[in-house]
Amino acid sequence: MIIQHPLLGARDAAEFTYLGDAAMLMRPDPANASHPDKLMTAFHDYVHLRDNPAGIHKELWFHEQGDRSWLVVTRNVSTHEIISVELASDVKKASKRKSK
Amino acid sequence: MRYSIWSVLKQGLRSNRDWKPAWRDPEPKASYDAIIVGGGGHGLATAYYLASEHGMTNIAVIEKGWIGGGNVGRNTTIIRSNYLLPGNEAFYELSLKLWEGLEQSINYNAMVSQRGIINLFHSDAQRDAAVRRGNSMIMHGADATLLDEHDLRQICPFLDFENARFPIKGGLMQKRGGSVRHDAVAWGYARAADLLGVDIIQNCEVTGFIMESGKCVGVDTSRGKIRAKKTGVAVAGSTSRVMGKAGMRLPIESHVLQAFVSEGLKPIIPGVVTYGAGHFYISQSDKGGLVFGGDIDGYNSYAQRGNLPVVEDVCEGGMAVMPMIGKARLLRMWGGIMDMSMDGSPFIDKTDIPGLYLNAGWCYGGFKATPGSGWCFAHLLATDQSHDVAKAYRIDRFQSGAALDEKGAGAQPNLH
Repeated sequence: MIIQHPLLGARDAAEFTYLGDAAMLMRPDPANASHPDKLMTAFHDYVHLRDNPAGIHKELWFHEQGDRSWLVVTRNVSTHEIISVELASDVKKASKRKSK
Repeated sequence: MRYSIWSVLKQGLRSNRDWKPAWRDPEPKASYDAIIVGGGGHGLATAYYLASEHGMTNIAVIEKGWIGGGNVGRNTTIIRSNYLLPGNEAFYELSLKLWEGLEQSINYNAMVSQRGIINLFHSDAQRDAAVRRGNSMIMHGADATLLDEHDLRQICPFLDFENARFPIKGGLMQKRGGSVRHDAVAWGYARAADLLGVDIIQNCEVTGFIMESGKCVGVDTSRGKIRAKKTGVAVAGSTSRVMGKAGMRLPIESHVLQAFVSEGLKPIIPGVVTYGAGHFYISQSDKGGLVFGGDIDGYNSYAQRGNLPVVEDVCEGGMAVMPMIGKARLLRMWGGIMDMSMDGSPFIDKTDIPGLYLNAGWCYGGFKATPGSGWCFAHLLATDQSHDVAKAYRIDRFQSGAALDEKGAGAQPNLH
């Protein structure tokens, strides 16, 4: 697979390490928990449960042998086709703006 | 017809006219006592043991494709019970014992060959870990033999003992491990279950579960509704997709694992050998092909094919441990889709939905577990109680903190 890095251009996927579903960017906020049990459930879901779709999947890739940036790669996991690539920091900032 | 040397001779003399299909191709009935979704090795074994051990014969196996077309025909055919943790070892040892009696009980030649498996070690620390694992195996009633370099040279003289970076110091051997003709396992279980009255329904895709007042009472399929008192799902690789239809999110990611077969060679590798300094395992099939594999590709995938960096990594592992195979040419390579769980261990458990049971999360070790998995899943479906050796395989174990992490890698499925 070739990943179109937003800053560096086309890079071989072998330069990257894979973490998983980009939903992991959205960690539950302990400060906002109404009840400790709810927080436990929220963190259990966050750490262990996955949607694992067969199709379009947003996922986190780390450019370990490159510029060490985290990317959000949108990929079709049934065909290995890469649809879009963004910097994870941009995705995170955008989601914060949205929630405000 | 019972298979034996007499039936072969008799049919041979009659120009092989009277062989019957190994199993029927029935239309699905409107309802069953139990249905198993997924006609892979685990689903077929479950159906067979439900019928043979628990007397439940009004049951059906529902398969989207054809028997033998999934992961049961896409693995590297290794059987072993060399696990460490108490929650795992007893289960895999039961499975290995069932392999030993399999061919007699299902009257089918699955070519079970206990030619031994050797896990190599390359350092003092790895030797200590091998001793510990071997002791754990022996304490659970399995067999384990520690081989030093001298013993190992007698069995596998072709290994790269003098490798500068990872010299080979010995290995942990399980003599009762070995390999099995994998698709014969599917065919044998299918035939044996069919003879006991189990309906094996192929080309029938489950499109949803029938829910009535919070209870699962059957499945919607591409060939109509099929009702059942109990529904067991054994569709590893596609578990998240199928259980998603029941509204469940699971601690599973689907990943692709590649496997490779070389051209046929004269017998050279005596059993199964695994590399201790990288991820590489190899055996030789009865046809002579070297059957080998390594790591999963490492990213979520439902495509039954992988990418080239892992091919390179696997071949490097092979060259590091036995340079002689560099001369062999690769004949075939393929990929299969695995349920990678959060701790590398499987699930055999009830779900929160009454009437719905799950068998999943086999990572890339499902083949060796086939008889044990079927035995324990049948026990669960028939009695509503977990089998003694499968008690640790609960779906809620991450919530309760009782994860069964053989490798100690944490909740990162692509590292198990």
